[in-house]
Amino acid sequence: MSDTGLLSKGTAAPWRPLATRLFATLFLFWILLNGSLSIATLISGLVVAGVIAIFFARNLSFLSGFHLTPAGIGAAILFIGYFLKELVKANLALAKLVLTPALPVDPAIVKVRTKLTDPVGRLLLANAITLTPGTLTCEIKGEFLYVHWVVAQSTDIEAATQEIVAGFERYLEVMYG
Amino acid sequence: MMSGFFDTIGALMMLGGALFLALGGLGLVRMPDIYNRIQAGTKATTLGTLMVLVGAALIMPSWSIKLLLIMLFLMFTNPLSSQVLARAAHRSDAPMTPETKADRLDEDAEDLA
Repeated sequence: MSDTGLLSKGTAAPWRPLATRLFATLFLFWILLNGSLSIATLISGLVVAGVIAIFFARNLSFLSGFHLTPAGIGAAILFIGYFLKELVKANLALAKLVLTPALPVDPAIVKVRTKLTDPVGRLLLANAITLTPGTLTCEIKGEFLYVHWVVAQSTDIEAATQEIVAGFERYLEVMYG
Repeated sequence: MMSGFFDTIGALMMLGGALFLALGGLGLVRMPDIYNRIQAGTKATTLGTLMVLVGAALIMPSWSIKLLLIMLFLMFTNPLSSQVLARAAHRSDAPMTPETKADRLDEDAEDLA
């Protein structure tokens, strides 16, 4: 079987870079949450993030799937920009729909396919779909997402994939590969 | 003078956010079934709350890092909870509006069990 990527990737990857990245992520969040750089904050953050990184590098390796390369970071910035644009569009579309007296909904649950294999990549895709115009992810099964669509333009898998998924997948593929 | 400018922009952002939240509430009342209601609820609350938080960050710049973290967590968890609600609704056969023209999830229900 060639499609066991999710599990085998975690056990095959070397331990040290996983632990380092987990440590950096945890430590950064700790600093941001505290909003201070005092010695006590830094030391307790170092100790706790270090212990978690040492013991849970493998178990939390899904947090380290992001491709930390210039291309990956660039794609992440473009992804955030595209996402915010789609979020505003979604809300304007929703506002228009709700304020139209006839309420012209035309809903359907459609099936779309994703090429992403990384769990965090899929999570981001599902979340992005939920926050964009008229679509709501209901279920993920393998490579298929089931999406509720308020104004469904097509119930065909390929057409719906093109319409709903393709825009985000372009960036997420570079970020999570 | 400068801070007055940011206060005004911040207050306008908060007002805009409140407007989207109100529209989301209207959507919850008007939409015909649970799935459409979740749609109205999720998008409007996410953008509405984000705008309120951005407004707060403009008025109180010293809070901005924490507000940024709240926005990040919000963008991860808000759609996630909606997805779980929608999934639970579908699994317990919540009725869909008769206007629904296709339900691929129902067609594949046996594979998913």
